[in-house]
Amino acid sequence: MTMGVSTDTVDTQMGRAPARRRGSATARRAETWASNAFFYGMVGFVLAFLYIPIAVLIAFSFNSSRSLSWPMTGVSLEWYARLLANEDLLEALWNSVYVAAAATALTLIIGVPAALALDRFDFPGKGLFRKLVLLPIALPGIITGISMLIMFRMIGFNLSLETVILGHATALVSVVVTQVFARLQRLPRSYEEASADLGASGLQTFFLVTLPNIRTAIIGAALLSFTLSFDEIPVTFFLTGRDNTLPMYIWSTLRRGLTPEINAVGALIVVFSIVLITLSVVLTRDKSGKRG
Amino acid sequence: MSEVIRIENLRKEFGDVIGVADVSLSIERGEYVTLLGPSGCGKSTLLRMIGGFEAPTSGTIWLDGEDVTDLPPNQRAVNMVFQDYALFPHMTVGQNVGYGLRVSGTPRAEIKPRVAETLSLVGLTDKADTSPAELSGGQRQRVALARAIVRHPKVLLLDEPLSALDANLREQMQVELRNLHNKVGLTFIMVTHDQSEALVMSDRVVVMRDGRVSQTGDPVSLYDAPANSYVADFIGATNLFASPVKASNGKIFVSCFGQELEIDHPAVDGVPAAERLFGFRPEKARLVRANGSVPQGNLLKGRLENVLYHGAMIRSVVVVGEGRILVDTLLDDTFDPARHAGTGDEVFVDIDPHKIMPFARDGAS
Repeated sequence: MTMGVSTDTVDTQMGRAPARRRGSATARRAETWASNAFFYGMVGFVLAFLYIPIAVLIAFSFNSSRSLSWPMTGVSLEWYARLLANEDLLEALWNSVYVAAAATALTLIIGVPAALALDRFDFPGKGLFRKLVLLPIALPGIITGISMLIMFRMIGFNLSLETVILGHATALVSVVVTQVFARLQRLPRSYEEASADLGASGLQTFFLVTLPNIRTAIIGAALLSFTLSFDEIPVTFFLTGRDNTLPMYIWSTLRRGLTPEINAVGALIVVFSIVLITLSVVLTRDKSGKRG
Repeated sequence: MSEVIRIENLRKEFGDVIGVADVSLSIERGEYVTLLGPSGCGKSTLLRMIGGFEAPTSGTIWLDGEDVTDLPPNQRAVNMVFQDYALFPHMTVGQNVGYGLRVSGTPRAEIKPRVAETLSLVGLTDKADTSPAELSGGQRQRVALARAIVRHPKVLLLDEPLSALDANLREQMQVELRNLHNKVGLTFIMVTHDQSEALVMSDRVVVMRDGRVSQTGDPVSLYDAPANSYVADFIGATNLFASPVKASNGKIFVSCFGQELEIDHPAVDGVPAAERLFGFRPEKARLVRANGSVPQGNLLKGRLENVLYHGAMIRSVVVVGEGRILVDTLLDDTFDPARHAGTGDEVFVDIDPHKIMPFARDGAS
């Protein structure tokens, strides 16, 4: 009898429970749908906010007419052809590549050893050194530009692309230090200890163990540094001589009005940046996910 | 046997904190020595000083008759298995194992067979071209071992080598590590905080506390004759109690939580003395159910508070006066559950007077 009673209770509970669950499931599904719709709406809004201007730029670079009015009158590659014939623009582009490449090389030569020193060695004033190295990233470019201009004038340097390179390297060395330092912090100290334990000298340890493990951070920092230098204006504005970099050239032509050629350059830079960013993502992704 | 490591008055201070306090130790060739103690006792620091990763504040380390105190790690014929294994993630298993040979300029043609030989020693012959990331915890552990022994070091250091493994695998690796030691005949110095691991694996255990050596001995003597209450408590369980010593009728008595127990130990004479510590192992005592009569024996009367099931044995917690006494009973064929006392019952704990041990009060002797 007791058994029977308890089975009844169980039956009733089992009969009621699924119904209640079904009811709440419908409500929950509606709720999920609403929140999904909201979520995708937000995602779409953010993407539109970020990318519509760029899409417009790329679209107008193929416009057959000179005017920037919608709808476009036709499709042509005319502006790309003019771009290739514009020697001033091509020279500015080349200057930018030269400046960005040289500045990047310089930041790596200074930044990587600085990051190593910060992470692996203890020396008096280390905390202050770290803050001082990282400070230029927070400093407005205009300050870096003016102060370096004054300094170059003082020691009698003529302004040229090389002074621009020095200026960019100053501003960007903190980018490299931050990135490489962050990777070094995640690199277990025991790797280097194990290497030394197995008989490796300090140099062997650096080239066989440390460097391969921070390589992707260095490449990532280099790409970031290159991109930032490539479109830098404030520091360049103060430190350049007669030569123009691409952003400076674009800025100066804008005074004569917006030309579709600029749209074409912009479109090319967008494509180039996407390639660089994809490259840096792919390179920095390998193995780092599996580590630890 | 000959001495391979001699440590003299080794001391390490970290600012105001003393990590290792004047430790002296001698280790024989081929020995498996374990440094055992809780975290912060200085065992890892001692190991790292032998490996060359920490510079001693004072003292000397002799390796095979040579003073290596100030040599960097890459100039010492000792190798280490790191707690996190420290396998290089950008190299294959084979490259990891061959690393020590590669950096010492061993010809390529010689590296390959030696790597293969060492990998077969740890049972990973087919993994030479695998990335460490693809291996299981136990396999990584073996790669770390192979990498550390490939150059035939004079001493192999192991820093908590099994702590990252789960219980089953750990027991299996304990046996494998012990087998490997027998096979390669190297001197092993292992750091662990796990007392059962130390007992199972070592020829000799160095129990450390607060940077000092509390007791050194083979596992049996440590367990059966702990030098002090700290070792007694750290290695296995011990029923500890403080008591003065009393003599009457040619017998010697101590008081365990208010009840008198006879003690018969060569180190305890009948001279009345101030309070000191005594103790006995739970498995040396016997639990007797009170059936209205008082049984024969050296008895404590108490109430059974709890029975803890451990698979191969049960541990009974008996309330005696202000204290609790543990009694372990082996669950062999002679065990009769029907006759065993239940929770809340009045019970007696019967302990042989020979099995009660006196201890120095402090562990840092």
